[in-house]
Amino acid sequence: MVFKLNNHLLSRIASSNGHGEDSPYFDGWKAYDSNPHHLTENPNGVIQMGLAENQLCYDLIQEWLKKNPKASICTSEGLNEFREIAIFQDYHGLQEFRNAVANFMTKVRGNNNITFDPDRIVMSGGATGAHETIAFCLADPGEAFLVPTPYYPGFDRDLRWRTGVKLIPVDCDSSNNFKVTREALENAYEMAQLDDVKVKGLLITNPSNPLGTILDRETLRSIVSFINERNIHLVCDEIYAATVFSQPDFISIAEIIQDDIECNRDLVHIVYSLSKDMGFPGFRVGIIYSYNDAVMSCARKMSSFGLVSTQTQYLIASMLSDNEFVEKFIRENKRRLAARYRVFTYGLGQVGIKCLKTSNAGLFCWMDLSGLLKEKTLKAEMELWQVIIHEVKLNVSPGCSFHCLEPGWFRVCFANMDDQTMQVALSRIRTFVNNKVDNKKPKKNLRWQGSLKLINSPRIYDDFINSPHSPMPQSPLVRART
Amino acid sequence: MEKQHQLLSKIATNERHGENSPYFDGWKAYDSNPFHPTDNPDGVIQMGLAENPLSFDLIIDWIKKHPTASICTPEGANMFKDIANFQDYHGLREFRRAIAKFMERVGGGRVTFDPDRIVMSGGATGANETITFCLADPGDAFLVPSPYYPAFDRDLGWRTGVRIIPVDCHSSNNFQITKAALEAAYDKAQQDGINVKGLIIANPSNPLGTTLDRETVKIILSFINEKNIHIVCDEIYAATIFSAPNFVSIAEVIEEMDCNRDLIHIVYSLSKDMGLPGFRVGIVYSYNDAVVHCARKMSSFGLVSSQTQYLLATILSDEEFVGNFLAESSKRLKKRHSIFTKGLEQVGISCLKSNAGLFVWMNLRHLLKEQTNDGEMALWRVIINDVKLNVSPGSSFHCIEPGWFRVCFANMDDETVDVALKRIHAFVGEQKEREMPKKTNCWKKIFGSASHLVYLKRVLDLHM
Repeated sequence: MVFKLNNHLLSRIASSNGHGEDSPYFDGWKAYDSNPHHLTENPNGVIQMGLAENQLCYDLIQEWLKKNPKASICTSEGLNEFREIAIFQDYHGLQEFRNAVANFMTKVRGNNNITFDPDRIVMSGGATGAHETIAFCLADPGEAFLVPTPYYPGFDRDLRWRTGVKLIPVDCDSSNNFKVTREALENAYEMAQLDDVKVKGLLITNPSNPLGTILDRETLRSIVSFINERNIHLVCDEIYAATVFSQPDFISIAEIIQDDIECNRDLVHIVYSLSKDMGFPGFRVGIIYSYNDAVMSCARKMSSFGLVSTQTQYLIASMLSDNEFVEKFIRENKRRLAARYRVFTYGLGQVGIKCLKTSNAGLFCWMDLSGLLKEKTLKAEMELWQVIIHEVKLNVSPGCSFHCLEPGWFRVCFANMDDQTMQVALSRIRTFVNNKVDNKKPKKNLRWQGSLKLINSPRIYDDFINSPHSPMPQSPLVRART
Repeated sequence: MEKQHQLLSKIATNERHGENSPYFDGWKAYDSNPFHPTDNPDGVIQMGLAENPLSFDLIIDWIKKHPTASICTPEGANMFKDIANFQDYHGLREFRRAIAKFMERVGGGRVTFDPDRIVMSGGATGANETITFCLADPGDAFLVPSPYYPAFDRDLGWRTGVRIIPVDCHSSNNFQITKAALEAAYDKAQQDGINVKGLIIANPSNPLGTTLDRETVKIILSFINEKNIHIVCDEIYAATIFSAPNFVSIAEVIEEMDCNRDLIHIVYSLSKDMGLPGFRVGIVYSYNDAVVHCARKMSSFGLVSSQTQYLLATILSDEEFVGNFLAESSKRLKKRHSIFTKGLEQVGISCLKSNAGLFVWMNLRHLLKEQTNDGEMALWRVIINDVKLNVSPGSSFHCIEPGWFRVCFANMDDETVDVALKRIHAFVGEQKEREMPKKTNCWKKIFGSASHLVYLKRVLDLHM
């Protein structure tokens, strides 16, 4: 049998690189994956500082689990629920789950005047699924969302890849600590009009990834007034809401619109998740909370493509309806994040490295290394980044992968490791900076200079089909450490 | 409303989510008046939901004995952190291995599945959508033999913009898929200027409950190779086979004949075979490397919860349990199927001869006032509102012959099956009674009153 050539076998979506994995954001992981740091077994390995995970409070969770065996459908205390839970596939989700999530969202925002309606809680496949779903609901292919830069690289995939929706950056810079100005919004909107691109909405992340800052009341009000004037949607990604570890307090969009009778609520939508606030990225708990009934209804129908496992819904329902635990967790989470942030930024400060001073949230620092650049260009940023990965052996994320216009900024995650590892990271940074200062002439070290282009082939990331990192200890596949 | 239309996307405002189909209509009747043996014995019995709870006791028993399978038990809690933190879209390796092994067992041990080709998705719902996104552009089409699962319209077409072209099958040959029907559908599409990208088959079939024989699978494979189009095999009912003939997976047949493996893809899930729809375990298995990679990237939109991956990895690696479960599940389904079909036969209702699935494809053509869709809908409304059974009308499965109904039998206990059969017996008796009004009406006792019978007659008359 003669087979025709494999042309046009796949869709355009499948053949494009809209999945965004060619971005350097994912590139540094390769260095980490092939040589991961371990305190005792591989002390010279690459330290993963490119993953915004919150690993600081698992002990609290484990303690709670011990005391609450009924939270699981697999414990002897909870097994009687197994059948009903395993068979439940209603896309409304368990009522208790929605109640608990609404309760948690309220507590996280601290302001008891805001309440979230459990009937507006809609599930999705993580925040990843939430963003895609909301884009499918609000925009047609070719239409656009405005997004302030720097922004989370995954947005390129989540909002655009399968939806055909465009993203238009609203550029922010350090001159005003990357604030989102009305002027910048209006400019971006007008440019889109000139290019004949229909803007359907604005996506803001508050607290911001990668900046770690929160939006002040004035900015939020300005944003609300902007979207109302233009009659476009506002999608607020609040997935870092519980990571605000110092003053000023977090202000949710829910609070702003509560007070604002001028705002058309049909335009306002919140994306939430437990991946960052609670450190449960594996559980894929994404939430869409829309004030627009039609959007809520549509998103709920779409949630069939990415519902939360009922086993997980059940666990979360139990955990997050325990107010005493929730309050303790929120408090302790903040405290530990604040402590970690202090130690890390202090350590950086000791070698003259500054982080964005307005940061008071998130699981990372927005580090200013522009002083170490040979020149203020993207190329120089990439060069410096290669050095950090291959010589300093830290996987950090370069600002350009967040579409930051100003070269020299790097996002460095600090909540996904223990204290000792953080000290190792800091000492490596100290050494590196001191060497650089001592040695003004850049070393010619071709070993790591490699390719400075953005690596284009998606195949690179796929080399890790056999992802070696199985957390299951009895697995023979746990990486042998030399 | 106009304002909403402008505010929202076309996808959000079209009807392609399909929830206005009668398939979902009957559920509303159920939801507002659900049967309960003691609390609401006159309520509507749900027979429109293809669920499989018959063998839960086996699973529950296993879990009791294996507390380390859960990250929440004292024995398993040390794994909590690593598992809760694990978001790699490759999925836990042990999970993929366990699923691959399970699929092999389900395939009778005659096939092997590569764990590195196992890609997760948000249930089979997510799997079908993902595979469509990978293979087809908006406006392209997939051929789907009818009758077919109603939600394919949503899963394959809603957000993807892909069309479904039914390949009509008839009871004259027990709804078998013929080469002629495939060719005819394909040619018509060509004439209409529609680009056919692939064929989707459900094997075992929902709603028919039948499996494809080897010969038919070969015919299908040769057809798709000839046309250079994809084949997506939805094998999610594979382990619900309860009698001969054995399941023949596409995985088996491709080893026996020349074909372009880049065209072969399987959709799987644990929702039916294990009765775990709540856990959202969807699997895309493709022989095409590019599709594996693409689907894997897309799986970020619907990964399986790592908590669930971990549990299933543990259960399904227990080969003894799996063997026992599959055998027992099959046995129980067979028994239930037999009781139900015999019960129907007693009142002259026949079903398509089937050997799989959680339902029967019931032939009520002889009860239609007219052999039309209207006739079918009229009968269906009576069954829902008067007999109080939520069954699914053939038209919701795009069946071109009126009078067929899918009736699920596995999602209830034995007593409820009994009640359902009694109601059906009563209904059929009543139908006969209508034709012979002078006969003593002992069925009055079942329905309660003469006025009720009058009402029933009126309802039927209205649809003549």
